Amino acid sequence: MKFSEQWLREWVNPAINSDELMAQVTLAGLEVDDVIPVAGKFSGVVVGKILTAEQHPNADKLQVCQVTDGSETFQVVCGAPNARAGLVTAFARIGAELPGDFKIKKAKLRQVESCGMLCSAQELGISEDHDGIMELAEDAPIGADLRELLNLNDITIDVDLTPNRSDCLSIRGLAREVGVLNQCDVAEPVIEAVAASCDATFPVRIEAGAACPRYLGRVIKGINLGVATPGWMVEKLRRSGIRSIDPVVDVTNFVLLELGQPMHAFDLAQLESSVVVRMAKADETLTLLDGSEIKLAADELVIADEVKPVALAGIMGGEHSGVNADARDIFLECAFFSPLAIAGRARRHGLHTDASHRYERGVDPELQYLAVERATALLVEIVGGEAGPVVVAEAPEHLPVRNVIRLRDERLAMMLAIELPESEVESILRRLGMSPQRAEAGVWQVQVPSWRFDISLEVDLIEEIARIYGYNRLPSKQPAAAMEMPALPEHKVQLGRLRQTLISRGYQEAITFSFTEPKLLAKFDPERTPLALANPISADLAVMRTTLWAGLAKTVQYNQNRQQSRVRLFETGLRFVPQGDELVQEKVIAGVICGERMPESWHGKSDPVDFFDLKGDVEALLSLTGKQFSFEADANPALHPGQSASIRNEQGQIIGYIGRLHPTLRKELDLNGDLFLFEISLALLQEGVVNSFTGVSKFPEVRRDIAVLAKDEVSFADLQSVVRDAAGDSFKNVVIFDLYRGKGVPDGHKSVALGLTWQDPSRTLTDDEISAAVTKVINDLEAKLGAALRS
Amino acid sequence: MENLDTLLNQGSEAIATAADLQALDAIRVQYLGKSGEITQLLKGLGKLSAEERPQAGAAINVVKQQLQDALNARQEMLQSRELEAKLAGERIDVTLPGRGQDMGGLHPVTRTIERMEQFFGSIGYSVAEGPEVEDDYHNFEALNIPSHHPARAMHDTFYFDVGTLLRTHTSPVQIRTMEAGQPPIRIICPGRVYRCDSDQTHSPMFHQVEGLLVDKGVSFADLKGTVSRFLKVFFEQDDLAVRFRPSYFPFTEPSLEVDIGYTVNGEQRWLEVMGCGMVHPKVFEYVGIDPEVYTGFAFGMGVERLAMLRYGVRDLRLFFENDLRFLRQFR
Repeated sequence: MKFSEQWLREWVNPAINSDELMAQVTLAGLEVDDVIPVAGKFSGVVVGKILTAEQHPNADKLQVCQVTDGSETFQVVCGAPNARAGLVTAFARIGAELPGDFKIKKAKLRQVESCGMLCSAQELGISEDHDGIMELAEDAPIGADLRELLNLNDITIDVDLTPNRSDCLSIRGLAREVGVLNQCDVAEPVIEAVAASCDATFPVRIEAGAACPRYLGRVIKGINLGVATPGWMVEKLRRSGIRSIDPVVDVTNFVLLELGQPMHAFDLAQLESSVVVRMAKADETLTLLDGSEIKLAADELVIADEVKPVALAGIMGGEHSGVNADARDIFLECAFFSPLAIAGRARRHGLHTDASHRYERGVDPELQYLAVERATALLVEIVGGEAGPVVVAEAPEHLPVRNVIRLRDERLAMMLAIELPESEVESILRRLGMSPQRAEAGVWQVQVPSWRFDISLEVDLIEEIARIYGYNRLPSKQPAAAMEMPALPEHKVQLGRLRQTLISRGYQEAITFSFTEPKLLAKFDPERTPLALANPISADLAVMRTTLWAGLAKTVQYNQNRQQSRVRLFETGLRFVPQGDELVQEKVIAGVICGERMPESWHGKSDPVDFFDLKGDVEALLSLTGKQFSFEADANPALHPGQSASIRNEQGQIIGYIGRLHPTLRKELDLNGDLFLFEISLALLQEGVVNSFTGVSKFPEVRRDIAVLAKDEVSFADLQSVVRDAAGDSFKNVVIFDLYRGKGVPDGHKSVALGLTWQDPSRTLTDDEISAAVTKVINDLEAKLGAALRS
Repeated sequence: MENLDTLLNQGSEAIATAADLQALDAIRVQYLGKSGEITQLLKGLGKLSAEERPQAGAAINVVKQQLQDALNARQEMLQSRELEAKLAGERIDVTLPGRGQDMGGLHPVTRTIERMEQFFGSIGYSVAEGPEVEDDYHNFEALNIPSHHPARAMHDTFYFDVGTLLRTHTSPVQIRTMEAGQPPIRIICPGRVYRCDSDQTHSPMFHQVEGLLVDKGVSFADLKGTVSRFLKVFFEQDDLAVRFRPSYFPFTEPSLEVDIGYTVNGEQRWLEVMGCGMVHPKVFEYVGIDPEVYTGFAFGMGVERLAMLRYGVRDLRLFFENDLRFLRQFR
């Protein structure tokens, strides 16, 4: 809500300056968003009168004017088409300063001397009007300072009102609030009923009483739209952010700003038989004032005549409903619509009007009688005409009643942690327009004024008391609670440990958007249809990610384009996987690496990363659980078919995938070098075990190394599994310490060197036992996997 | 015994000038070895008379001991000199960079959330999480924001269909927590939230941390105390100016905006950092908590906004570009 400070001060004028006023209302919950001076910064501009205006000898579009400031006459060259003898206008004399630090000096324009400048409203920052120089009233005092004359030392204050404070969407409401805060009186203008000077009426019928409990109508006959809106009104409107249209619209807007009551004036000639307030019929259409045609729904309230809808109630009038220049008779509408009947309807049609803004938040249901008289008086004063009597249609059963609320002293004291004196509570409530009474001991019975329909509960009253008393004056303390220790399951691997593990291994955490580009995501996860947003912010952020890989790969691309070739990133967050009718929102941890294995250094050039670099990092994560996991060669559409694996837990459940980005995808994303990616379900990864100590053997460990020749397709896991099964009870571990292909090894084969260790917790193992175990291992490797001992 | 003095002089001279351990050993052999000169002299004692023998023997032994001491001292000296030479040869340039992976780092948003979790965790709040694709009921309805409420216009909501949306705040987690159990409740709810808005100061996705405390006798004073203490701890500034302004949220009553103060050229200015309020009795009714028995407060803040203030980041978009040159500045 924008308003002129001076207009407000006509209603209530506390002894505080503008800054104090703005700070005060901000701290009362009416946050000042912006302050705009009503005119540009200028000085030395006075009212001048053009005595003569003659054609410039050297320029077609210029005139040479003789201008008086009341005491002296100056020659001024002016290019405005409306400069003419007799015009009273804004005159910037030599030495004047105009907005933009523009100083007026003596000048020559096409060889003719010019001593000053005649100004347009735009040049003075008063309006956008630049049709010509300002046209001031003929009787304006020549020589008077323009700022003072036009009262330009004013500001437009823009307050950002919360949706519950629709009572402040008017000068009247703001004045009331400022009055409460400063404990000073509000000088409401006297609004007297305008007696009917003719008996013209137009019938009104309410068919939707719940939506429209009250509708006042009034006919004014014989108006003259040929007159201009008075300057004071145009200026008040302008300073409150509303442009002048014509006297009738201006008056309705003025009443809207002044009292907070939206009104509409219809051209009576356009209405058939009577005004009907009803719900729209399904598929009915209405062309609005702005020329757009809308399709109405059955839950939308319209103002209609007997033939057609003429306005979308409380939002905008129909195309032909308005009063045009030839209108002679008007029908003035002043209604109370239920907020629920208006709320959301404007937005549905992409509309937002001053009327809808107020109606959907709520208008004072008792304001209509006052507003219709105010508007009538102003109209008759400006455009003349004869006013008929006010026609009233009401659905009394639907009219809101003033809330009566019980307020307990005890509750107030508990909520605010302070015992406020009874007199102070009563004073605050009274100043807010409420009528508190002691119903019983310790309980106030409070009737709320019609404009504060937002207050319906005890807690609303407590808030009002806190607000007016001052939030910052109320006590502050630290809450106390029982010191009960929370459960903290040790078997859960904390997310922080997983993150720190990756960070220690050189990973930087990334946060990418949860929504992504459909085409890109389809390349990473072609088999699933992602959840699509109905109203995405852009086409490349349109579907919910089913994997974090698309976002991470894009991030690598982003960094590679910025000369960052070595990238190690991880992210945690939800992936959104549709499964049948369900959506699984699963928290995962994912990572990507590319570029050199180690940071560039003097130790020598490092190789590009490969699968096993990433696997090592993933194994580090897995090891935090204390559980066993396995990697199985497994296809994934985003990964290289020969370098991808599923990661499985002890139950064989897949907890994630790891592998090299598919070369086709890498090419499509225009990435440098290979990317290696992993993604693991966090819930499954965080499920660890509590450590259980098994003792340390005092007896020596025995190691034997063997080398076998195996076919390429025999995996290390196969070898490991056969070794474990064959090596006996005291077997401890097998490591692979060499892997060789090439000279001396037949094609399609590899030489694998294994280090086997045994240890018994209770005795020293004998050479014979170990030899027997090694022999069994060698035999089984040969028999089960065709892996022969290398000689 | 003249030649004994000569022997001592010659031996001492040779020991003192022995260049290395090898030369020193040759000298030891020459004088003290099996057929060394001193050994020969001792063997020659037999030729002397019984009266002469003790005196001469004692004299030889004194010389022998002197030579032995000189040898030991010289050996020690030469050994330590040799070690010094060896160590000098092993000198490295300790200013060369070390080997291994560089340290990575946490995203500043996560770091900020972790700090908040620590602050609140240390006084007994636990962390609660919930779905990001939410239903209308938990995101709006149960928070006292019915479908036509003007407050919905303040949330530019991403929808999937009529009843499904991306949560616009983490408040639905508060609802779900209250639905699941009775007070006392002390939680904070960190997480991603979404609004259909994008420019230099708005991101379609950002993070919030909300908090909720519900218990018997919780007051406005508890709310003010908790929020101002949090801000002072967060900015590590005990004299931080904090002020509260009345505001409006459908789910709290009274509702407050919180500003922190700073000065520019001696002029006091205020910056809005978070919102909070006392839990609205209607919200309690929705989740089945008796508002006559329990009261509570809730607060919520934008993580990026606080991280920007804390770390001096000026553009919100930097948080989601994941430029390594940005991320590496946070360890």
